[in-house]
Amino acid sequence: MSYLLYAIAAWICCVGLYGAIVSRNLIHLALCLTVAQSSTYVLLLGIGYRKQAGAPIFKGVKLGTASVDPVVQALTLTDIVVSVTVIALILSLALDVQRRKGTVDPDAIADFSG
Amino acid sequence: MTWLLPLPVAIPLLTAAAVVAIDHVVPRRVENGCTILAAAAATAFSILIMLQAQHGTDLHWFGGWRPDGNVALGIDFVADPLGAALAALACGLTLLALVYSWTYMREAAGMFDVLMLCFCGAMAGFALTGDIFDMFVWFELMGIAAYALAGFKIDELGPLQGAVNFAITNTAGAYMVLLGIGLLYARTGALNLAQIGRVLARHQGDRLVIVALGLLVAGYMVKSAIVPFHAWLADAYAVAPVPVCVLYAGAMSELGLYAIARLYWTVFDAPFGGHAQGIRMLLVWLGVATALLGALMCFLQRHLKRMLAFATIAHVGIVLAAIGLLDERGLAGAASLVLSHGFLKGGLFLVCGLVLLQLKDVDELRLHGAGRRLRWSAGLWFAGAIGLAGVPYLGVFLGHAQLDDGATGIGIAWLQPLLMIAAGVSAGTLLRAGARVFLGWGPRVDPLLTEQPPEEPAEREAFVPLMLGVATVAIALGLVFGVFPGLQARTEHAADRFMDRSAYAARVLHGKREPIPPRAPYTVEPATGESIGYGIGAGVLALLTAAVGLWHRRLPDAVRTLAGRTLGPPVTAIKGAHSGIVGDYLLWIVFGASLISGVWAIVLR
Repeated sequence: MSYLLYAIAAWICCVGLYGAIVSRNLIHLALCLTVAQSSTYVLLLGIGYRKQAGAPIFKGVKLGTASVDPVVQALTLTDIVVSVTVIALILSLALDVQRRKGTVDPDAIADFSG
Repeated sequence: MTWLLPLPVAIPLLTAAAVVAIDHVVPRRVENGCTILAAAAATAFSILIMLQAQHGTDLHWFGGWRPDGNVALGIDFVADPLGAALAALACGLTLLALVYSWTYMREAAGMFDVLMLCFCGAMAGFALTGDIFDMFVWFELMGIAAYALAGFKIDELGPLQGAVNFAITNTAGAYMVLLGIGLLYARTGALNLAQIGRVLARHQGDRLVIVALGLLVAGYMVKSAIVPFHAWLADAYAVAPVPVCVLYAGAMSELGLYAIARLYWTVFDAPFGGHAQGIRMLLVWLGVATALLGALMCFLQRHLKRMLAFATIAHVGIVLAAIGLLDERGLAGAASLVLSHGFLKGGLFLVCGLVLLQLKDVDELRLHGAGRRLRWSAGLWFAGAIGLAGVPYLGVFLGHAQLDDGATGIGIAWLQPLLMIAAGVSAGTLLRAGARVFLGWGPRVDPLLTEQPPEEPAEREAFVPLMLGVATVAIALGLVFGVFPGLQARTEHAADRFMDRSAYAARVLHGKREPIPPRAPYTVEPATGESIGYGIGAGVLALLTAAVGLWHRRLPDAVRTLAGRTLGPPVTAIKGAHSGIVGDYLLWIVFGASLISGVWAIVLR
């Protein structure tokens, strides 16, 4: 179980980064980054997972009942919030690229080089 | 006075929110005044925190969630002298940048100021926090403000490229950092740096921890632009508005390195302290490679801001090499370097802004001789360039001298000549550009240098004396830090404390105060003969570089053909690697991260 989890997270991260590297479209690129990012969700949530344990909601639950780790869930939520902002920013930049260049190919904006 | 610690973060962030709220209700002037006051308050408080930290590390637990035994549930701010000094540097540079842009960024004012304050608060939080995930959050907040500021002049094309490349590469870096944090949490069940370090001290460093180390270091190296993660930096710095560049070059890049140092000495020193040699060699070599490549690329630029950007890369490499020595004198050298470089490079960017405003261009060749009447700017530019070379007792010299001591102490005396070349060549390039623009020396054409797109000034009109004054303050501060009385003893003492993992953990987890240190004297200690030699060498090399850059066409034909044949192909290849295309940069990042993790997987087992 545990190794499979790390393998899946690594796989998702690699797939997302591969997509971002070969992407010729900024919107596609932003989505690839989101894919790479979901590897962090899988990893974090997997780390906190416990068998036979409930959600970490403690209202009306007997003391000592097993629950999954709430800390990683909080981390994941924070991560989602942070990344949504970044992705929104990249997408808005993509909009501007489209408006000014008529394309969303990242190669088309490489004015500075060398 | 532990209640002081959150202030350098809280004041800028709250003011930023307030300025957005009162936007359009109160006059611009009031908004500007509020932001500058907030930056000034943050600077004052962070300097106060720094001064207090000299007498003992200060701690603040948010919400009163103090640690119970070895378990820290809450989030803490820790002010040791180095961290607090970095926060003070970030706030101080923000203050300078905001005063400078009082008249310069008028059209854009509201949102620009808000983003600058967010940037400032995030940098201060990053430097002060004692929690690894909190560090990530500040890192991302800093990133978001920085991406938006890079693309601020959105109606030009360059800023789009700069912001896109900056945002995408740094986001990839942030994911690596987060994956590393997740792995560390999986192994230790802790997010507090001191607690992670304490748990790991009981384990041997296993494969999981090595992977975490690789991911964290690579992720932070993306932010600080270490080879091969560096290419985005030149694109972003070349296009951002000048006041923003001050923060980028002066504080942000250095914060990535600070994170690596902080993580090493609170966390990874425990499991890998026995293998320090492997970690040291990789960090020092990455630093040397970054410094030399940055200096070479700097020499090949004619766009002044891009030139300064590559000079920043060279400098960041030197700082990484200093930290990578894993020695208290090296770390003290890194601190002195960051301090003087921050103000000098910031000041040079500010001069660039003046050139852009008054001459409507930042291209060395197109501006040939155009700056003859800008005497004051010219003086500042040359003073800054000389300060960056590290000639004896000026500017970055102190840092180089400490680094030299450290490197000699652990038996890698070959390091300093290499770093001298990097400092000399990058400073010499700035001298060359200054001589062309302000004195009109050398020819008007130079096929070696790459042409870049032009830039529009942010304003047509601005209050020049104010801008000149701010630039003068920045450059003067940067120069003076080379001979600031007592700075050497203080940085060395601070570095000593920064590296003491068990004292840090005892302070954070058990509230145990370290013994109050004896008051350091306010003296300037004489440097060793070797350091002075290297300083003079760097100065001579800078002059030589400038001369070659200006008059290389007068060299004998045989020499030029030979140089063209031998140096031409590698230089073209290196230039080609900085393609400006984000996919290439991501590939370099993946390659670099795998390389670092791979080397450590072999060395640390």
